[in-house]
Amino acid sequence: MNKPASDALAKAGDLPLGFTAKPGSTVAFKTGDWRSVRPVLDREKCIYCGFCYYYCPDGVYQDMGKDEKYYKADLDYCKGCGICAHECPKKAIEMTLEEV
Amino acid sequence: MGKRIGIEVSLAVAEAVKLADTDVVAAYPITPQTHIVEHLSELVADGELNAAYIPVESEHSAMSSCIGSSAAGARTFTATSSQGLALMNEMIYIAPVLRTPIILAIANRALSAPINIWNDHSDIMSVRDAGWIALFADNGQEALDMTLASYRIGEDPAVSLPVSMNIDGFTLSHFIEPILIPDQEEVDRFLPPFKPSLQLDIKNPISIGLLGAPECYTEARKAVDNVLRNSKKTVLKAFEEFDAVFGRKYNLVETYRHEDAETVIVTMGSISETAMTAIDEMRDQGKKVGLVRIRLWRPFPDEEFLAAVAHAKNVAVVDRHMVLGCSSGPVGLEVRSLVYTSKLRPVITNFVLGLGGRDVTRDNFKHICDRASSGEVQTRYELVGVYE
Amino acid sequence: MRAADVPYEKVTVKNFPKGPDSLAPGHRACQGCGEVLALRLLLKALGTEFIAVSATGCMEVCTGPYPQSAWRMPWIHVAFENAAAVASGVDEATQILSKKGRGYDRRIPVIAVAGDGGTADIGLQALSGALERHHKNFVYVCLDNEAYMNTGIQRSSETPFGAATTTSPTGSRSKGQYTWKKNMPAIAAAHNVPYVATANPAFQFDLMSKIRRAAAIEGPAYIHVYAPCPTGWRMKPELAIESGRLAVSTRIFPLYEIIDGCYEINRKVADPKPIADYFKIQGRFRHLKEDDVAYITERVNADYERLVELSEKFPVKAAPQA
Repeated sequence: MNKPASDALAKAGDLPLGFTAKPGSTVAFKTGDWRSVRPVLDREKCIYCGFCYYYCPDGVYQDMGKDEKYYKADLDYCKGCGICAHECPKKAIEMTLEEV
Repeated sequence: MGKRIGIEVSLAVAEAVKLADTDVVAAYPITPQTHIVEHLSELVADGELNAAYIPVESEHSAMSSCIGSSAAGARTFTATSSQGLALMNEMIYIAPVLRTPIILAIANRALSAPINIWNDHSDIMSVRDAGWIALFADNGQEALDMTLASYRIGEDPAVSLPVSMNIDGFTLSHFIEPILIPDQEEVDRFLPPFKPSLQLDIKNPISIGLLGAPECYTEARKAVDNVLRNSKKTVLKAFEEFDAVFGRKYNLVETYRHEDAETVIVTMGSISETAMTAIDEMRDQGKKVGLVRIRLWRPFPDEEFLAAVAHAKNVAVVDRHMVLGCSSGPVGLEVRSLVYTSKLRPVITNFVLGLGGRDVTRDNFKHICDRASSGEVQTRYELVGVYE
Repeated sequence: MRAADVPYEKVTVKNFPKGPDSLAPGHRACQGCGEVLALRLLLKALGTEFIAVSATGCMEVCTGPYPQSAWRMPWIHVAFENAAAVASGVDEATQILSKKGRGYDRRIPVIAVAGDGGTADIGLQALSGALERHHKNFVYVCLDNEAYMNTGIQRSSETPFGAATTTSPTGSRSKGQYTWKKNMPAIAAAHNVPYVATANPAFQFDLMSKIRRAAAIEGPAYIHVYAPCPTGWRMKPELAIESGRLAVSTRIFPLYEIIDGCYEINRKVADPKPIADYFKIQGRFRHLKEDDVAYITERVNADYERLVELSEKFPVKAAPQA
């Protein structure tokens, strides 16, 4: 069959040997659109404890370093679970409804 | 030039594994394969083979360890029989798609039940569709030679597929035969060092063994099918190179006195030599009979097989496996579907015999030839020698 | 060297590994998945200079849908029940190739990761074989979310007593799971391996330090990780860490190490919190009555006290003075 199936990803002959993938390539898949609520950080309350960073299952938080002293959320991947808000000892993170 | 010695065929297979400088052997004991891995563990214990011998706790883990080892870039060997192959079954289907060129010697043995340790081909037939290259040897020299050829074929960058090398349990594996053991220097000329096509490499990491969703599963299977079908070219090339180095010529389909034969018998494995003796005796009686022996079972050598049976009026296909509830044995099915979709129209008959170690005799072959040329066979296969 | 004396760098707030995670984002784990969090932290502790082997399961499916992979180190998945056997082959291969001068020019830890079903049920034989064979660089991690979550929350031998799953449902003749959780760390330790530990992502530094220790010790190591599953436990997605803390403070899931057969409890719980506190945030225990909770509390305390006895009778001794 020359005409590709409508949902086929690649021709059989074009697949990599062993049906492999490149390391860390899920970064192309943005899980942020699963989210119905988003974490909003009040930097005034943040004490740079890192709990949001340690406990995020999706590796959303990035350490902005000593000078910045807070953790920035990459919402491309945030699924909106709310662990960061729940674990924040200063209640500096609030889960707010996504506007559609 | 090598050295001709009297040696048990299983041990000769192990010597070939040593000559191939195999890196990892992961194996579990099962009759009648055990002598192969026993000898390998001795060779490792004596320092004659610089390999890791993993004494795994099951055949399932044997093949799992082999997949891990091969993916890590090691030249990897295991051996099994019957129930062991059945337990490996799940892994047998995975190894080709992960493109791990594992070499597996199978001392063919009947599958349970009833439990039976003797020879037939029911074990290998249970994995005929799995994506492995499958070779059959019919004597001790071939067993050693096909083992060496298996590495050369499976590891070829154009192939990178696992290979099973089949020898009949007991009736070949346990026989002592005069076998020419080649020199290391000759083997090294034939078999280059293993350069894995993909590898679990810290410096260049990849992920192996991914989920194949409906939008890529078909293509992933087809990719392996393409490689398996094309591997025939590599087998032919390997046999040519084998001839050039060792002076022994092998073909995908071997023939014996078949050129003018009206009736050809089709066999695989060690019963072929018995068949040749029977053919000589029938020829002495003026019967025009010959033999076509399948060496390469997977991928099936379509063109070579059709050429071998092109002039036959009657094709009598022997199966060493009874397919319960099906129209004929697996080799019979293969031959019928191939030949009857070509322009050839010989009478194809199928005979199932030699199950669970029952002797296959010259008289069996004479009976088969008589039946095949009688025009009386009404069923799609006949079970030879069943007491009912 | 005694396993207890093998040096390793503990993870602390000060030296928490920087840089990108070893498990990339974009994986398809559920919202609030405690298992993928444990995996992310375990892998981050090790960097990327090791080989990972996955069993089939939630983590494998959500991290490796073709053409993508979340794993930033070499990774292989083969099947469900055989991660330990695959890792055995990888470990022996890297060692022999290193000896033969064909790559792997330093010690490569091989980390096998499986769920509770892939470890304690269908994978137990392969794991037992691997632990017994004493592969040198072999580390096995069981991410225990206490049921077959990937196939839809069926009970396993690691499902706790009383928990409702789709194959241990409650009913007029059933209070959910009717068997006690299988003691995998004890089974692993019975193989005379140098290192066994339990860990929990709520205690992230402890968890990350333990995988480093397991990888540093020569010989097989086994880590049993508490992996909270909001989906399967009928729990709000933000509660994975809270449930993890409660699992320890109620003595449900004690944190300990077994090093060369000697025991050390890492978090002693003198005054446990009521187990009802742990149960009430999870729908899978909703049906349990007071007397059920009392029975469970009694058995949990008995298990804990037995662990304390072992740690007193066979303590991990400090390194002998030179």
